[in-house]
Amino acid sequence: MELTRRELVAAFLGASVASACTRQAARAPVPGAIVDRAVDTGHKLRTGPLPRAQDFERVDVLIVGAGVAGLSAAWRLSAAGVKDVRVVELEAEAGGTSRSGRNAVSAFPWGAHYLPSPLEDRGPVMRLLRQMDAVTGVDAEGHPSFAEELLIQEPDERVFYRGHWYEGLYLRAGASPEDLAELERFDARMNAFAAARDAKGRKAFAVPGALSSDDAEWTALDALSMARWMEAEGFRSPRLRWFVDYACRDDYGTTAEHVSAWAGIWYFAARQNGKGERSDGFLSWPEGNGRLVRQLASSLGPRQLETQVLVHTVEPGEDGCRVHALDARTGAPRAFHARQVVLACPRFVAAHVVAPWREARPAWMDAFVYSPWVVANLTVSAPPASRGFPLAWDNVFYESRSLGYVVATHQSLRQDARGPTVLTWYLPMAGADVKAERNQALSATYGDWEALVMADLLPAHPGVGALAQRLEVQRWGHAMVRPQPGFLWGEARRAAQQSLGRHLHFAHTDLGGMALFEEANWFGVQAAERALAGMGLKSASWL
Amino acid sequence: MNKTLLFLTVLVIATCGLIYELIVGTLASYLLGDSITQFSTVIGGYLFAMGIGSYLSRFVERGVAQRFVEIELAVALVGGLCAPMLFLTFTLTSVFPVVLYGSVLVIGTLVGLEIPLLLRILQDQLKFKDLVSQVLTFDYLGALAASVAFPLLLVPKLGLVRTSLLFGLLNAGVGLWSTWLLAPVLANPVRLRVKAVALCAGLLVCFALGDRLTTFYEDQLYADDVVHATSSPYQRIIVTRGKRGFSLFLNGNLQFASIDEYRYHESLVHPAMVRAQKVEHVLILGGGDGLAAREVLKYPEVKSVTLVDLDPAITGLAMNYPELAALNHHSMTHPKMRVINTDAMQFLAEGANAWDVVIVDFPDPNNFALGKLYTTGFYKILKKRLAPGGVAVIQSTSPLFARRSFWCVETTLKAAGFWTQPYHALVPSFGEWGYVLVAQEPASRHRALPEGLAFLDEDTLEGLTRFSPDMSPLPAEVNRLNNQVLVHYYEEEWRRWN
Repeated sequence: MELTRRELVAAFLGASVASACTRQAARAPVPGAIVDRAVDTGHKLRTGPLPRAQDFERVDVLIVGAGVAGLSAAWRLSAAGVKDVRVVELEAEAGGTSRSGRNAVSAFPWGAHYLPSPLEDRGPVMRLLRQMDAVTGVDAEGHPSFAEELLIQEPDERVFYRGHWYEGLYLRAGASPEDLAELERFDARMNAFAAARDAKGRKAFAVPGALSSDDAEWTALDALSMARWMEAEGFRSPRLRWFVDYACRDDYGTTAEHVSAWAGIWYFAARQNGKGERSDGFLSWPEGNGRLVRQLASSLGPRQLETQVLVHTVEPGEDGCRVHALDARTGAPRAFHARQVVLACPRFVAAHVVAPWREARPAWMDAFVYSPWVVANLTVSAPPASRGFPLAWDNVFYESRSLGYVVATHQSLRQDARGPTVLTWYLPMAGADVKAERNQALSATYGDWEALVMADLLPAHPGVGALAQRLEVQRWGHAMVRPQPGFLWGEARRAAQQSLGRHLHFAHTDLGGMALFEEANWFGVQAAERALAGMGLKSASWL
Repeated sequence: MNKTLLFLTVLVIATCGLIYELIVGTLASYLLGDSITQFSTVIGGYLFAMGIGSYLSRFVERGVAQRFVEIELAVALVGGLCAPMLFLTFTLTSVFPVVLYGSVLVIGTLVGLEIPLLLRILQDQLKFKDLVSQVLTFDYLGALAASVAFPLLLVPKLGLVRTSLLFGLLNAGVGLWSTWLLAPVLANPVRLRVKAVALCAGLLVCFALGDRLTTFYEDQLYADDVVHATSSPYQRIIVTRGKRGFSLFLNGNLQFASIDEYRYHESLVHPAMVRAQKVEHVLILGGGDGLAAREVLKYPEVKSVTLVDLDPAITGLAMNYPELAALNHHSMTHPKMRVINTDAMQFLAEGANAWDVVIVDFPDPNNFALGKLYTTGFYKILKKRLAPGGVAVIQSTSPLFARRSFWCVETTLKAAGFWTQPYHALVPSFGEWGYVLVAQEPASRHRALPEGLAFLDEDTLEGLTRFSPDMSPLPAEVNRLNNQVLVHYYEEEWRRWN
């Protein structure tokens, strides 16, 4: 079915953006391409039996997946002195959804692009940041401080509404006293949640989620959606609802209707201590979390990481695991015999790969639901002009379903910010039916995406057409696990975290239920420590 | 036809005609400087154009009344919009004179057509001697009204933009009322009436918006004559000259006035120079006018001065504009001098030199881009580039007008690990001005002040560090890249004085 430009924009970005695009003048399309291979090699897993190699390569620990979870496992093992570690990755590059790119102008993210700075001096993330010289000190109360040049510079956020940019993410311009009173009441509620501790002294909402209290007082919030909770609490201000919805789309890839209230509150309460003090802010790099990926990968030797290896079968046994794979370039079969395996891929891949699960699909499988995302990098010869508050790091359109864009060169120390830059545009496909959303995302052509990105930018930046040099589009079919109501504190997620026997351990951000660096890192380290225990090696836990 | 009303029309037309001439003349001398030349060429050109109009009137054969109303509407449009249009094109340096003299010609020609046509409309109603006598009487009366009201009432109360729009409206009003007045001799008065009403409405909207336009535009006006105006990609550069010498403005902000800049620059440079262990290699960040460099070069031990300023237009002006080059004693072309046009923060971050003295003379932190240059992020880099025993000084806005901003800079420098010595000096063009001297360790005196300074001697130098109660320290947050509190302090404090 052929869609008109306007229908296309309405379908992806909403009616408000579509109505603005009819007023836009004709322009030459921006050159570029779709750069992912979303419907390529990985889908071989679904087609019948694949060839198997007879000779097994022996390895102590095989890590399948070089995303943040897999690389965190490798990083943990390396610190424990385990030398014979191999990481295999299906894609041509490590990093998973934290991958990054680089062109003549700047490095830029293809996915995750910041890390909220930790509140407390504990856990593996702090250890990683120390290795990067990002930690400058810890005060008497135990709050760490971070290198100034890594913290997002002011101005950090702005929002576009009807012809003007405004400071901050909450749209204050034109807010009624009732709106502001609701915002204040909401902030007070979130501060109270942030300050809440259980009898054991655990935060009600902590980073990573695994450190949170499991008291029913708070976990009961997981049963209802964030939208329902807002309704029940009498939060009806459209601006506040937009703000909360934006937060859900930003961190979970879907709207407040499909996010549990526990997760929605976690977003606002976990990264602060409830005393009105926030963490130091966000840490970011031009390449986004690609910088963290690089740091984790630096623990590996040159031949320890192999890309374009498609693992299709993992058979846990008495003396370890047998792993069958294909060289994704040549199609040649490969086989590994590993004493320990860390399967650092999402559940929907694990279900195809783990041999016993192919016979009997685990009951928890259907609880894992993933949002598709589309990320586009637009190289511009200069930052686009805009009316109102000046260009910030995060630039959000109030009336669009996209999340807006971040500026790759924002952290540059140059006074003169007029040079070329890269704008990274994010669109979570947030609808309830993820399959339909995925099909919609994959069916759009480059021309469609070009039209969508520009339709989104042009109302705020009428001159951006002349500045745009190249647009590259990355589609993520399963970018983020969704913390739908009942998922985070339900049985399925707990069951999926269990190792299969003594030799096969699992790691991935989806086990945390929230697609965040801290979760992936936590489960990667946890799986590595289980593998260490499985090999009879003693090492004090980092968790 | 009502003759009294027709003569009233003459009065209004004449007033409007002279007002446009005055507006263009005033704008030309405001914006291009050299008021004698500008006024005389604008008036001459305008009168000449009126002559063209009078000549052209003979080619109007039929429908004289119709043409008259149309011309009224045209004058209303072009004259009414002349001030906003000229302000708008002022920033486009190359086309501004073309637009200026173009509007002189167009308005003058149209105004020149008015009276001859009106005379012809009235020729059957009066005897020639009465006609000429009365029309010209009202014409000159109108001129008197305009020339008195313009400087005394219109410019002070309305400003140029709204004056221009108001008289455009009057002209359009004449057009409108002429459609009734001349109805007997008009072929299609209704059509003209519709046009006139539409024009009135358009001008009224502009007039209502005029307040905002005015504040925007008149920021670009200066008390003295503009003698040099250019736009670089970074800023608008204006040099003005008045009774007390000349002044440099960047984006409308005064950088220095030649009459008292010595106070500012002696205070900026010498306290640092006399306290540095060595002064062989000096770095100036900002200061593209070359005036700080002039002070630095007064020390014979100086081996090199490196000046880093983002804008080549400013350093070029300091080198080549004769009066400025004379004022800075040709410092910019001095053999010890090296001028680099690049980003200061990047230059410091990427360089490896250890500087004996660094003079930081950036514009005030009135936006986020400049605010970066006042953060711990910048000062930590500065600290690394300072030689042992080295001293730096930072111009830190006014401790009187922007007291918390000043102490915020000082607090930030301390947070970056510097020893600090805040001080201030009175620079009449600016007011009380503040500086912070910094070093790795408390810095003591190492050399004498150079001979022949106009402002500083030993006693004055000592007094600079004393702050009166209204400028004494205020608690302020540390300005960091990730909070930029200084920009907010600065904006809030200066708003109170402006």
